[in-house]
Amino acid sequence: MSTQTAVAAQEQDAWEPRILVFCCNWCSYAGADLAGVSRLQMPPNFLVIRTMCSARVDVEFVLEAFAKGADGVLVAGCHPADCHYIGGNYRTRRRIALLRMLLEQYGFDPERLRLEWISASEGEKFQKTMVEFTETIKDIGPNPIKEE
Amino acid sequence: MSDKIKIAQYWAASCGGCDVALLDIDERILGVAELADIVFWPIAVDTKLKDVEALPDGYITATLFNGAIRNSENEYVAKLLRQKSKIMVAFGSCACFGGIPGLANITYADDIMDYVYNKTPSMDNPEGILPLVEYHAPEGDLELPEMYDTVKTLEDFVEVDYFMPGCPPTVDRINEFLDAVEKHVKEGAPLPPKGAVIASEKTLCDECGRKKEYRKLERVYLPHELDEIDPELCLLDQGIICMGPATRAGCGAKCVNVSQPCRGCFGPTSAALDHGGSMLSALASIFKVDESETKLSEEQIVELMSHIKDPLGTFYEYTMPVGLIKRAVREKRRSKA
Ligand code: SF4
Ligand code: SF4
Ligand code: SF4
Repeated sequence: MSTQTAVAAQEQDAWEPRILVFCCNWCSYAGADLAGVSRLQMPPNFLVIRTMCSARVDVEFVLEAFAKGADGVLVAGCHPADCHYIGGNYRTRRRIALLRMLLEQYGFDPERLRLEWISASEGEKFQKTMVEFTETIKDIGPNPIKEE
Repeated sequence: MSDKIKIAQYWAASCGGCDVALLDIDERILGVAELADIVFWPIAVDTKLKDVEALPDGYITATLFNGAIRNSENEYVAKLLRQKSKIMVAFGSCACFGGIPGLANITYADDIMDYVYNKTPSMDNPEGILPLVEYHAPEGDLELPEMYDTVKTLEDFVEVDYFMPGCPPTVDRINEFLDAVEKHVKEGAPLPPKGAVIASEKTLCDECGRKKEYRKLERVYLPHELDEIDPELCLLDQGIICMGPATRAGCGAKCVNVSQPCRGCFGPTSAALDHGGSMLSALASIFKVDESETKLSEEQIVELMSHIKDPLGTFYEYTMPVGLIKRAVREKRRSKA
């Protein structure tokens, strides 16, 4: 192994995913909070941004996160039929489906963007999602935009 | 020496349509000749680059630069003309936002070379010879411009004074700009503020005369999939993807007036971060939401959105190089242990 590839391999091993999580104020943020106060164990690789609705997560927010090097983005909202604003989450899921198609065209693994319905009482689901998603992102590897 | 103003026009990575648009200003072009000396315009007058190199700095009053920056020659001429010009205008969508050539950012220079010189069915190149940037022949040294991986805009390389979007800019906007320059030169009237976009601050929907019903869509159609297009009704209301809500007005609603959807050549308004992203949000939001929605599975939603065949090509037809994500990436998936 050349020194260069050895260094590169070392850097890869040192790499830890950086994940951005958008949580809707009414359900998922409370769910994340519950996971926290219940002291459920989660990987420390994510940052949470609270938005008033999952539909408040503009496409631009997600694109900017990836453009700035986020390795994964999770958008979490209320279950279908539970949206505080009646239909925000329906718009979110259409948008995320389309956005994943767009990200794929840009060459990204669309698994880097995930949508999950998490209610206020689902601390465990939040924990499970974060464990799983962190694993997924570890598997996919670093955001390739950082090497451009 | 004549006291006329000096104009230059140059084409970088472009299709030539912008040059034709300038010729299209009809008899006004004669007025331009009265008002201005054309010092450099490869498509129309025979001046060489070395003549431009010999000019004093700031000698040219205004350069109308069309085309994106795609290779080292485009970059060199852009920098040269900037140095020799008082006013630099990004002329046309390619110069402003990368335009259609900017869609090349979906691929890489080496892939393009490989396709063109090795994989094209009609190509016979057993030794896999690719063009070189330099070649030392016994008769002398030969050079070719270097093709870049990423298509960029004029502003990525030099300071730009005015942006004139459009593919190509419309005659009205060109005339408006020439009037302003003429008034400035003859009467000392102030020029538009530096950095101005020679278009409107509103969106195209504001300028478009079609009736808006704000219908909720069940699916989208390509214009040819409909038997008839209602000439009065908003195209989005008819299920045709029209970039009007995300696009800057100023063209006079040229395409929508003839029942063709806007493809976004005037680029985003100054309020938008990302042209394609804002259109994607708008489109996803106008799909119908009703009681049956709870019953739709995630797969059905994906299926529904797959009616939009090519989101990147549709939403970023003219603006990929100025989007938040400016070019395609290559994933190196780690091995699944
Ligand atoms: S803006 Fe349009 S007309 Fe002008 S060079 Fe680009 S593709 Fe051609
Ligand atoms: S979406 Fe298109 S057709 Fe409808 S109002 Fe806007 S510009 Fe006109
Ligand atoms: S309608 Fe849209 S695509 Fe057509 S000229 Fe105007 S801005 Fe360009």
